[in-house]
Amino acid sequence: MISKRKLLGLAATFGLAGLIPSLAMAKNPFDFQTPVTPIAKETLYIHNLFLIIIAVIFTLCLGILFYSLVMHRKSRGHKSALFTKPTTTKQWIFTIIPFLALAFIDYVVLGIPAFHSILALADTSHADMVVKVTASQWKWQYEYPKDGIKFTSTLSTPQSQISGKQPPDKHFLLEVDHPLVLPTNKKIRIVLASNDVIHAFWVPAFGIKQDAVPGYLRNTWVDIKKPGVYRGQCAELCGVGHAFMPIVVIAKPEAEFTAWLAQQKIKQARAATAENKNFSKRELLARGKSVFKANCAACHQLNGMGIPGTFPPLAEGKAFSASPQMLEQLRKRGFYKNGKIVMGPVKDHVDIVLHGIHGTAMPAFVSQLSDADIAALVTYERNDFGNHTGDVLQPSQVKSIRSTKK
Amino acid sequence: MSAVITSDEHSHDRPRGITRWLYATNHKDIGLMYLLFGLTMFLVGGLLAMLIRMELFQPGMHIMQPELYNQIITVHGLVMVFAALMPVTAGLANYMIPIMIGAPDMALPRLNNWGFWLLPPAAILLVMPWVLELFGIGGGTIDTGWTMYAPLSVQSGMGMDFALFAVFLLGVSSTMASINIIVTIFNMRAPGMTMLRVPLFAWSWLITALLLIAVFPALIAGAVMLLTDRHFGTHFFNAAGGGDPILWEHLFWFFGHPEVYILLLPTAGILPHIFSTFARKPIFGYKAQVYSFCVTGFLSIIVWAHHMFTSGMPASANIYFMFSTMAISVPVAVMFFCWIATIWRGSMTFETPMLFALGYVVLFGIGGLTGLVLSDAVADQQYHNSYFLVAHFHFALFGGPVMGVIAAAYYYLPKITGRMYSERLGKWHFWLTIIGFNVTFLPQFFLGIAGMPRRIPDYALQFSNLNMLSSIGAFVLGASQLLFVINVIKTSIGHGAKADAQVWDGASGLEFTLSSPPPYHSFAKADGNR
Ligand code: HEC
Ligand SMILES: [Cu+2]
Repeated sequence: MISKRKLLGLAATFGLAGLIPSLAMAKNPFDFQTPVTPIAKETLYIHNLFLIIIAVIFTLCLGILFYSLVMHRKSRGHKSALFTKPTTTKQWIFTIIPFLALAFIDYVVLGIPAFHSILALADTSHADMVVKVTASQWKWQYEYPKDGIKFTSTLSTPQSQISGKQPPDKHFLLEVDHPLVLPTNKKIRIVLASNDVIHAFWVPAFGIKQDAVPGYLRNTWVDIKKPGVYRGQCAELCGVGHAFMPIVVIAKPEAEFTAWLAQQKIKQARAATAENKNFSKRELLARGKSVFKANCAACHQLNGMGIPGTFPPLAEGKAFSASPQMLEQLRKRGFYKNGKIVMGPVKDHVDIVLHGIHGTAMPAFVSQLSDADIAALVTYERNDFGNHTGDVLQPSQVKSIRSTKK
Repeated sequence: MSAVITSDEHSHDRPRGITRWLYATNHKDIGLMYLLFGLTMFLVGGLLAMLIRMELFQPGMHIMQPELYNQIITVHGLVMVFAALMPVTAGLANYMIPIMIGAPDMALPRLNNWGFWLLPPAAILLVMPWVLELFGIGGGTIDTGWTMYAPLSVQSGMGMDFALFAVFLLGVSSTMASINIIVTIFNMRAPGMTMLRVPLFAWSWLITALLLIAVFPALIAGAVMLLTDRHFGTHFFNAAGGGDPILWEHLFWFFGHPEVYILLLPTAGILPHIFSTFARKPIFGYKAQVYSFCVTGFLSIIVWAHHMFTSGMPASANIYFMFSTMAISVPVAVMFFCWIATIWRGSMTFETPMLFALGYVVLFGIGGLTGLVLSDAVADQQYHNSYFLVAHFHFALFGGPVMGVIAAAYYYLPKITGRMYSERLGKWHFWLTIIGFNVTFLPQFFLGIAGMPRRIPDYALQFSNLNMLSSIGAFVLGASQLLFVINVIKTSIGHGAKADAQVWDGASGLEFTLSSPPPYHSFAKADGNR
């Protein structure tokens, strides 16, 4: 405690006067977010230990330095000594001791707990449960393999707050449509994968940060000791939406979790039957709008007008220019003519959404969106943003395109 | 021929006008160009930093879109590392090493010319995509962060290709400069100057140059692989084709970690000179410092994956990289010990170079100690890619190298220009820098601890206060650097008292036996070296 206060004092001497009030409001600003897993607790312990030690080292060295700066100045008439290295045995001993002490701190005081925690973190065996987390630009997909449940989770903070047109909510940028739900007091193995680039799964209260690497599976684990809502973010730069793919975890006691699972299964089954029915155009447009907002607006923008040079508009007749390769891809599919975007054939449209456009940023949604989602989406795109094709797509049509292509 | 030839007799072979600079082979001319180029790019990088802090002033997207934000942070990083700090330290090496070791010039003057003239094209390549974008070509410049992690960098737009070519040029340029410095130090020393009498600055650059030659090829190789992945369908970094994205991280950090020491060592070498001068006392622990340069250089090559503790390496690798990283604390502590022992019981005065050198010790001390914290592989799960990391490396790289080169600039400005700079302006510069720097970066430690990731253009509300404070600090820090520019310009155009050869009453070394400014050709032909 004392050295923490010392550190604070030091901070103040460095012109931090402005910071102090805001620090005073928070809890101890040197602490991580309240830890709720064994790893997070261990990490916090190590963190505090480190901070105390470096605060002591720093204060000591600074003390010696400042003593010298005050005492050994010319203006005080101090005459300079001429020594250039330790000479007597005693001086040698005094010189060596700090380095031995440092090595001791490195490898014993800090090294032993650090060693222990590495092994603890690496031990993902004997898990009670497995959750698969798949990252993609810019959302998370959560899967409970044993229960056959799978859903995607995207940012739910409205664009109007990000652009400053509305005041931000309490959980600005840390709110999602479908949070990950986990039981408390269970050892849960988290298997991480990525669909595109490297992302990192970071929930500070859990003390874990693990990269999701495309093409490989990574493991980490949590054992949440306290029910609650925990928020985190992607921690590896993954493109323009990097700041906008938060992680929200709701930890529930086992009974509540099981109830949630059961409910989720029923929902999913209902959704599966609903997929096959025919929708009215109104239903499709409404659904398409929300699917678009969650999956496409990050690039093509909410108004469908894209971003010049990078993301094409989805509106017929709007000009677009980009690299020749990109334009060629669009032309090939019938979506580009004479410097303008056009509405290509329905089949190619569905194909673009399903499989993406290889070699460009346009991702594949084949594993994330259901037939009904895509039917709604394509219907919406072809009848909004100033497009009036009148096309109405049903899930069954998407299903057949999905099975014929590739 | 053994008579000393005065500079006047030689002035006929100094070309005039633009050709003097384009065809420059004189180490002082080239050194000056490096220094000016570095200073200019320092201002460019600083301007980008100001834009970053403006965007982060408040939550919400205000002055730019995420695309541009990502490009700005990337170019800020690349410019500061490659186009500002490295050229400035190389400029100091070019200007000072020959006159510190009594050589008439650098060993390979034409190579020297190339080494410099590859830099401006590299800088232009970095920013050109922004210009092209204005004409509707492409989507701006590199946006992957300076680490260029694959596959994001495979996916990225054409700005990435420009950046990769810039990397090639930079690689060639620094390899040339390094070879030149090594050859100069090995072969061109004044008679009687044995290796263990070579000034510490030259020693530190010797190790730096060896490091550069050892590690830059890894980055170049990676960049070539990235280029072929992008355009020729290879799959070095694509798991679907049998590659591995993590390979890029290994290649990058095999270069990237030593790069930190490449930036640091030259200034760690200049510091003892400054301390000795202003404490009026000989350098303490010369040999110890030489050895710790060597050990630090060596260790820096074998610890790279401590940047990858969250990438999913096996526990054994984490353990190795953690413990080897901790080992670096020892040679670095030796340097600190020697610096403090050099001023201990001296007779100190506090001119601007001394202030910046002392600021270096304190700020880099914080950077180093927080680095020790980061070496813990599991606690790193909390620090990695958070603002704690951002604060740490700014303490290590601004607090160390940048403070160091500013100290060196003030220290040698009278030698180079023949005029004393304004001490008053210098002191203002120092105190505003120290205040601005700490108000900018101390809050970032707390932001990281509270859970704010780096490289995000927008953030959650609990981070608002500290971000605003950090931005205010950054504006002070940025503005105060203009004082430095003013001071340099005023001194260069002849304001200020005339400086004598000695400049500082405690200064020693061959460079202070020459007039200020030194003759265009120094130590020439005196010893039959040419
Ligand atoms: C990561 C950014 C990104 C996301 C997310 C994204 N797209 Fe795209 N999209 C692109 C890019 C880039 C292109 C242009 C590719 C080219 O030039 O070949 C594109 C092209 C398209 C095209 C063809 C061109 C046009 O203007 O009509 C369609 C249709 C399309 N996207 C639909 C979607 C839909 C539907 C979604 C959501 C399910 C979506 N995109 C999500 C980046 C994205
Ligand atoms: Cu991400």
